[in-house]
Amino acid sequence: MTTAPQASALPRRPARIALNAGLVIFVVLYAAIAFIQPNYLEPGLFMNFLRRAAPLVILACGQLYVILTGGFDLSMGAVATLVVLAASILINGDPETTWAVIGALYVMGIAVGLVNGLVVAFLKVPSIIATLGAMLSVNGLALAWSGGAARGDLPENFRNLGRLVLRDVPFVGTLPLAVIVLLGFVAIAWWGLNGTVYGKRALVVGDNPRAAELAGTPVAATRILAFVVSAVSAVTAGILLGGFSGVSVNAGEGLELQAIAACVIGGAQLLGGRGSVWSAVFGALSLFALFTLLNLLGLPQALRDSIQGAILIAAVGATVWRGRRRA
Amino acid sequence: MTTDITRITPRAPRLPVSVLLAGLSLGFYIIIALSTGETAQLSPSGILGLFQRMVALGLVAIGQTFVILVGSIDLSVAALISAVAVLASHVMQGDPTMMLPAIVLCLGLCLMVGLINGALVAYGGINPLIATLGTGLVIQGVLAASFGMLQGAVAREFQVLAYGGLLGVPYSLVLLAALSLAAAFVLDRTLFGARIYAVGGNPDGARLAGIRTEQVILSAHVVASLFAGASGLYLAARLQSGTPWIGRDGIYDLESIAVTVIGGTILAGGKGGVAGTLAGVLLFASLDAGFNMLGIDAFLKQVLRGAIVIAAVAVHAVRTKGHVA
Repeated sequence: MTTAPQASALPRRPARIALNAGLVIFVVLYAAIAFIQPNYLEPGLFMNFLRRAAPLVILACGQLYVILTGGFDLSMGAVATLVVLAASILINGDPETTWAVIGALYVMGIAVGLVNGLVVAFLKVPSIIATLGAMLSVNGLALAWSGGAARGDLPENFRNLGRLVLRDVPFVGTLPLAVIVLLGFVAIAWWGLNGTVYGKRALVVGDNPRAAELAGTPVAATRILAFVVSAVSAVTAGILLGGFSGVSVNAGEGLELQAIAACVIGGAQLLGGRGSVWSAVFGALSLFALFTLLNLLGLPQALRDSIQGAILIAAVGATVWRGRRRA
Repeated sequence: MTTDITRITPRAPRLPVSVLLAGLSLGFYIIIALSTGETAQLSPSGILGLFQRMVALGLVAIGQTFVILVGSIDLSVAALISAVAVLASHVMQGDPTMMLPAIVLCLGLCLMVGLINGALVAYGGINPLIATLGTGLVIQGVLAASFGMLQGAVAREFQVLAYGGLLGVPYSLVLLAALSLAAAFVLDRTLFGARIYAVGGNPDGARLAGIRTEQVILSAHVVASLFAGASGLYLAARLQSGTPWIGRDGIYDLESIAVTVIGGTILAGGKGGVAGTLAGVLLFASLDAGFNMLGIDAFLKQVLRGAIVIAAVAVHAVRTKGHVA
């Protein structure tokens, strides 16, 4: 009798804590931004902030799937670079082909995700090594294909995905297309984890793969699908990046570590078993707010890394400390 | 009874893996050299050149082996290598009398970084990937921001480390060999080594057996940082002056992990050793040299490298019974 209310209260608790960690850091950082630059409180600038943060948030959502199942995906940044370079070479300024090429990009991304997943699930290569190999290969492929320099051209309708801002939208005033993509992606990612059996399976596999297998969970399929979701998010982020920052050979450099950092700051647990879409979303927004804040403060670009590192350690340290206190 | 004892001799099956890997690497190198007609690469100086390719990555990887054996990981080595190379050239400013202070200062920095990494992981309970990624970012940022004030060059006498030699054998190779032997000795023959395997294999069991697991993890991180420092000093000697990006451009963090795992050390800890790691480094060096002889495009080289990393690990990972993440 007495255990019944406890049982219903327990599952909610980790979710609430995960939400708090990322959200609180984000609100504090955004308040600091608004303190320095009050017009960041206007809807227009906030939308613009969301637009620029969109690729990182999307990447973090994809990375979260892999982290939940207990792995890492280091190949995301390379996939994003490949997408940007491949799009400009394949489309080469011809707006007619844009949608077909976007389809081809997703096929490429899914292929990389499948390879990652199959290598981890069946060849038993630890994901950090498997996706490191994929990162080297995909990066090399992108550079070999483009000859080591950006070439080709992106037409207007491709770049609009990252760049176009809809005006005179009721309530919010302006609404960038990238924010619509962002909201759509987050909604699908949330549905995947909370509205389907897959979400439960991912958590179980991350928590204890052996127990999950004994309980009849298709462990290999769950893992593989996580890597595919991660690669799809990298393609989506790459398309947005190509839209607003144009073509460059290091478009995706370092994004994989930022995505992992974002999930961890938001309260997702490395090696699996705990975390929600909100940890990825608010972790990524916090990280991006931090970058924005450091820019506004006029700190040298290089120190951005240092502060990111310190925040990362502090965020995880705080989680560990809270865990110990509760135990 | 006696057969049982001989069958469970610890780490006996490990040696063939490293020997096999080293044999394959050398075989690949020799076949490529013969088939491309670059027979000069097979002369003693050519072979020494091949081995010298191993020094920078080899030194970091030995240190990485210690932390991986203990069940941790170190992603900060790349940034630390850059920091040491820059610091060494800044302190020396081409002045040979400043060589010793520079080396001492660099190793002091490494000691500090190792202690911080170890403390965060062992006593702070922070996931080693995040903790060392964080310290690496902090070092990298400070270094890049202050590089304008930190220029200089190492003393000409210091460059002997990279270019000089004893009886035709480069000092850098002697250094690598000596440090490898020392590391292997520590792991195989000393109490500290036994404790490393114990803590990596089963931390709870090791604690119950009375080992202070935190101290062992902390020490392993200090060892890794010192080896990264040695690698940084070697690179400074070879390049005459350090830049804040030499560690990152060489991807020494991820490559040192890759060669360690290729060499048969398990990421979860407790199993593996220096011999396998060196064989992994030799594989990378032979591949590099072989691809150069074949004149393979730099980008394609990277594609092949990535595939080989996966394949090499898969060869012995595929037999794993349980699940890996």
